[in-house]
Amino acid sequence: MNPSNYIILASLLFTIGAVGVLVRRNAIIVFMSVELMLNAANLAFVAFARMNGNLDGQTVAFFVMVVAAAEVVVGLAIIVTVFRTRQSASIDEPNLLKY
Amino acid sequence: MNTFAAPLIDYSALGPILIVVVAALVSVLIEALVPRGARRFLQVILTFGSLVTAFVWLISIRNTRVITGDGAVAIDGPGLVMQGTILLLAIFGAMLVSERSLDSMGDSFAPRASALPGSVDERELAARGHTQTEIWTLYLFAVTGMLLFVVANDLLIMFVALEIMSLPLYLMVGMARRRRLLSQEAALKYFVLGAFASAFFIFGAALVYGYTGTISLPEISESISATTGETGLILIGLAMLLVGLFFKVGAVPFHQWTPDVYQGAPTPITGFMGAAVKVAAFGALMRLLYVGFSGMQWDWEIIIWIVAILSMVVGSLIAITQSDIKRMLAYSAVAQSGFILVGVAASTAAGIAAVMFYLIAYGFVTIGAFAVISMVRDSSGEATHLSKWAGLGKKSPMVAAVFSIFMLSLAGIPLTSGFVIKFSVFAAAIEAGATWLVLVAVGASVIAAFFYVRVIVVMFFSDPTENTATVAIPSAFTTIALAAGATITVVLGIIPAPLIDLVSNAGIFIR
Repeated sequence: MNPSNYIILASLLFTIGAVGVLVRRNAIIVFMSVELMLNAANLAFVAFARMNGNLDGQTVAFFVMVVAAAEVVVGLAIIVTVFRTRQSASIDEPNLLKY
Repeated sequence: MNTFAAPLIDYSALGPILIVVVAALVSVLIEALVPRGARRFLQVILTFGSLVTAFVWLISIRNTRVITGDGAVAIDGPGLVMQGTILLLAIFGAMLVSERSLDSMGDSFAPRASALPGSVDERELAARGHTQTEIWTLYLFAVTGMLLFVVANDLLIMFVALEIMSLPLYLMVGMARRRRLLSQEAALKYFVLGAFASAFFIFGAALVYGYTGTISLPEISESISATTGETGLILIGLAMLLVGLFFKVGAVPFHQWTPDVYQGAPTPITGFMGAAVKVAAFGALMRLLYVGFSGMQWDWEIIIWIVAILSMVVGSLIAITQSDIKRMLAYSAVAQSGFILVGVAASTAAGIAAVMFYLIAYGFVTIGAFAVISMVRDSSGEATHLSKWAGLGKKSPMVAAVFSIFMLSLAGIPLTSGFVIKFSVFAAAIEAGATWLVLVAVGASVIAAFFYVRVIVVMFFSDPTENTATVAIPSAFTTIALAAGATITVVLGIIPAPLIDLVSNAGIFIR
């Protein structure tokens, strides 16, 4: 199968993730959308590694996975703290800081 | 079967990074193993010890110019200068973080970040004098990320360093002792937007990798000059990489997080972040553009021009309307990012030196200014509203005078470092042919001068009211940081030559 199809899929996933971050209200969903963007990058890296015929892209994918895991730890800690304070996971509700 | 050749690693050249990362790991162990009472003392000793040792090590390897770790890390002149800047700023930032005398309740951080704001739990912890020492661990990890960020020579290391730097910062932003709702909100916003921007960075890296077949910056540069024809993929890739880095420096239109995070974060963290993250992110930005994408200068130059102009104009204009001093300094940071980008657009050896000079002087002004803000207080904590600063110059002339020095420096008035750095950046840009950009920059500095000078007018030319804040007496920590910031600002304004020689001799980025 032509590897460029995977690039198209990766771009689609990235776009879905980016749109998800912009339009969704729930912090957890926003956060999942960010993870989707990171994984789209992984898919692109692995597909490009296949097309370019070297292993750099696959190595990067491993590191991105580790970074994504670390990001989950930090992100959930922040979201859970905000949720416990406000009893809501909406990203629009914290609006004390403006102008 | 392929034989595995271990990469050669020059451990001596990586010394400063290794010292700080080992200290960060030891700091984790202290949190896990040492009884609560002894932790703070050990963490403070460890933090200052490791940062100073790393700085001394850095001075001892100042003439090293080497690419090590199989091309992953480039230790060169600009990289070392910026590592040194980050370490110095981190040392003075750590002094602000260690301060315990200003707030009657202890340091600037929540006794336990997980306790609900306003709960019985939190009050009990505060009453028992609980302090949170994890802040040191996070601080050291953030410094590690910054040190690695400015010398990262491939896109993978750059991404990993970006995250090592950012993740602890997201957490530290949310740990303020007072106004915890604001602080948590700032952490949430910073995290969501920061993660969004890093996702753009890594997808951009994927596209660049797809086009060039490599993630190493020098090889990307070779591949760009060797390939002709279709450039759509690499242009989109470069644009997405720049989104990630512009976000970190807080340049318009990626500046939306800056005011909220500057205002919500604990003031010592704001000072450290405002100073050191800028150095790290501009270091990485220059290396990316000058080493990796030097062959595409015609393409990225226009982007830098547009973002620089937007940052200077938008930052300066919105700062005028601000009534909160931390928020005003945040918009000022956006405008300053624009001025630094003018130097980046010059893309000559003189431009690199001017940008480094700018970052050093600006970093110390920022730390000093936020040190003053952490001292000006009323009964509810820090008094950041501008109306509470009215007449401060009559109540506490010394502190108000020192803050005026920082404001004048940010405005670029002669005899302060701000004038010399703006002059050197603009001179480098004119030499490189960016005259129009400099004209816009001069116009923006005039607008910016208005709101810096307004603070001085408010402090000295209005009478104190019952709302006027008082200045808390700091311990030696903040005093030293403040004195160092003020001294460096004035000395660089009067005799800038030694530092200009230092940054000029650092040379250019090696490839």
